Amino acid sequence: MKFNLKIWRQKNAQAAGKMVDYTIDNINADMSFLEMMDVLNEELIRKGEEPVAFDHDCREGICGMCSMHINGRPHGPLRGTTTCQLYMRNFTDGETIYIEPFRANAFPIIRDLVVDRSAFDRIMQVGGFVSVNTGQVQDANNIPVVKADADLAMDAASCIGCGACVAACKNASASLFVGAKISQYALLPQGRIEAKERVLAMVNQMDEEGFGSCTNTGACEAECPKGISLSNIARMNREYYSASIS
Amino acid sequence: MSVLDSKIPDGPLETKWTDYKSHVKLVNPSNKRKLEVIVVGTGLAGASAAASLAELGYKVKAYCYQDSPRRAHSIAAQGGINAAKNYKNDGDSVFRLFYDTIKGGDFRAREANVYRLAEVSANIIDQCVAQGVPFAREYGGLLDNRSFGGAQVSRTFYARGQTGQQLLLGAYSALSRQIGIGNVEMFSRHEMVELVNIDGKARGIIARDLKTGKLERHFGHAVVLATGGYGNVFFLSTNAMGCNVTAAWKAHKQGAFFANPCYTQIHPTCIPVSGDYQSKLTLMSESLRNDGRVWVPKKQGDKRKPQDIPEDERDYYLERKYPSFGNLAPRDIASRAAKEACDDGRGVGESGLAVYLDFADAIKRLGKSVVEARYGNLFDMYHHITNEDPYEVPMRIYPAVHYTMGGLWVDYNLMTTVPGLYATGECNFSDHGANRLGASALMQGLADGYFVLPYTIGDYLAGEIFTKSIPTDHPAFDAAEKAAAERINKLLAVKGNRTVDDFHKALGKIMWEYCGMARSSEGLTKAQAMLKQLREEFWSDVRVTGGANELNVDLEKAGRVADFIELGELMVTDALSRNESCGGHFRVEYQDEGEAKRNDQDYAYVAAWEHKGVGQQAALHKEALKFENVKLATRSYK
Repeated sequence: MKFNLKIWRQKNAQAAGKMVDYTIDNINADMSFLEMMDVLNEELIRKGEEPVAFDHDCREGICGMCSMHINGRPHGPLRGTTTCQLYMRNFTDGETIYIEPFRANAFPIIRDLVVDRSAFDRIMQVGGFVSVNTGQVQDANNIPVVKADADLAMDAASCIGCGACVAACKNASASLFVGAKISQYALLPQGRIEAKERVLAMVNQMDEEGFGSCTNTGACEAECPKGISLSNIARMNREYYSASIS
Repeated sequence: MSVLDSKIPDGPLETKWTDYKSHVKLVNPSNKRKLEVIVVGTGLAGASAAASLAELGYKVKAYCYQDSPRRAHSIAAQGGINAAKNYKNDGDSVFRLFYDTIKGGDFRAREANVYRLAEVSANIIDQCVAQGVPFAREYGGLLDNRSFGGAQVSRTFYARGQTGQQLLLGAYSALSRQIGIGNVEMFSRHEMVELVNIDGKARGIIARDLKTGKLERHFGHAVVLATGGYGNVFFLSTNAMGCNVTAAWKAHKQGAFFANPCYTQIHPTCIPVSGDYQSKLTLMSESLRNDGRVWVPKKQGDKRKPQDIPEDERDYYLERKYPSFGNLAPRDIASRAAKEACDDGRGVGESGLAVYLDFADAIKRLGKSVVEARYGNLFDMYHHITNEDPYEVPMRIYPAVHYTMGGLWVDYNLMTTVPGLYATGECNFSDHGANRLGASALMQGLADGYFVLPYTIGDYLAGEIFTKSIPTDHPAFDAAEKAAAERINKLLAVKGNRTVDDFHKALGKIMWEYCGMARSSEGLTKAQAMLKQLREEFWSDVRVTGGANELNVDLEKAGRVADFIELGELMVTDALSRNESCGGHFRVEYQDEGEAKRNDQDYAYVAAWEHKGVGQQAALHKEALKFENVKLATRSYK
């Protein structure tokens, strides 16, 4: 297969970036998208040019490190798929593919396709936990959890923190990411103790980091590689309002 | 060889750890505030240690090469975590978990460490549940379990096929809390490139800020390496792309002995290689073997579609060879059996390097919805990668490098041979012997970080309360930074013709061919010469683009591959010196009709290697393994 690639190149955070054209040939349909990028980078290095910097690590769709905007969509054209789990068979021979970084004010570009998502970590640091020190706990089965709640909590906890929800949102809102974490704890008895402080602190930090408000359009859910449900945002809002007035 | 003191406490196995904890030196809270601990790596072992040490009051600095501590590769573990809770009332106990682990490791692990691991396993589950980890539950609201290889009880706790993710996010949440409070200073996108030794003690690290390329100096009263395993020496493995041996290797070059480097785990159920361009391999969880049946055609070269091969022309070889464990035979054994079937010309798929993992019976017995609930995300992953639907056709699987049992040598305190330098989790060698059982890596990482290191590090730090923080303009920091900078400049200065990946692939090929699933004296000797040549070619012909003072992925990879080549040489040396087969180390000269043949008389020891210079023969130190509570037996799963 042959592709025309238009890739965002930007030397560093300060430099101006631009789209650069590349053509790549002899691509096998069973290659993953990132393997196609590897092939491109090998070619660039052989030519003495600098390879395209992009984030990636596990290549199994679970670490949340890969983050490209492909043809205008975070993680590309397939639903429920991270960039690393995308295969070239999902594209048409001869196609032009646009590859950009995730774009949001709260995710500044570091280089090429690499962005800084540490804002997510800072949101977690103000409340994304249960305050329990190592060792000060009871037997695990002393905390029974209704199976349906445990399953819903697990659905929410499946979030990989990649930031596709932010990149998909026209307001660059982090509501789906924050809502998923709030929901996981809100649904479990372990998390109820601090539920109020948690939701207030995390929502406040989300605003501080420069993420926008929820648009209610559902673009985040549509683009989430893990299918995190919009209902988590509703749960976050309910938790937030009840925490605000009680 | 007297330097290797494992510091195993006296007394009966069952009370060693309890007695140790009652007598270990303590550091009072006001002194803890003055003591700084560096933790490199934020996977299960690192994040849990950093959080727990900070909770105790130490000043902690944590480092990871990823953009966030939440992305460490522990996150990719699928199947589960073992714990001797006996919630199933099926006869489990601390001793049984201990025994299964020792036996699973083919009697090449240290009894006292393994017993301690089994003992604290139950605490881990309690801790994780309290943190809000959403483990699978039964309808009564209590925790569910499943079975894993090498055990006859159900002691594996799980969170769908994403157990590692949930446990890591639990540890990450504890770490985040401590970062928020200000007890942990977090350095993401940082890679340790040198260890700083002052007067024979580990006193800090040189870390490279991967965003700017700047070399930074960081002091610690103690340094903990929780940097994972070295499976990427094979180029293709189930490890994440960034997993590397660099931190451990720098420590090794600074005096930390490296133990049993040849013990590598080849996992039986991975998606087979599909082409030269392949960058990594994907594991299919061992839990699939609870319900999937492994088979190949009985006839050689049978190219029919799997559904066209009638039942009596199929060889369910694990069930045939190991009737009592069947498809749940341990990993090393299942992998070798797959290789044997393929070597025999009965492999399936285009390459002939695959076997079937078939769910047709399970779907018939349980219904598609039950199978989907148990393994849905794994089936989807398989479908994505191979473009085949495993609900309709059997999965094709083949063994792949997955885990490394070898690692930095540590004593009972998890301290390496460098005072003040600790190694935890996969980075050390201590608990899994020559083969690790499924669902035990998560257990060990969290055991070390939550429940072992927070006690044992106090024993050392109690003696450091009068040591003031050493300023980083100390000559030892100068020297370490200079060494790191010189190496980087050297890599950039070669300006040769071959890419880093090209060398990495060549290295992987040598290692897989000669130091993989089957090893021989002849092959290993050949590999030694090939690796030496590869190292020399690397340093004269590698091409690294870009500069030192910027985000430079090519340079990062180059440094890691350079270390992997040196490690490869040590692995081959180790494999060659161990004239027996045990666990994942299979020497073709030593076998009983395909089963590993141990030699307890001569090889019941840990091989700990001392670095003597690049290209020089490393010095072997032996730690004899004493088995006082289990009888050495031929490992049988028949």
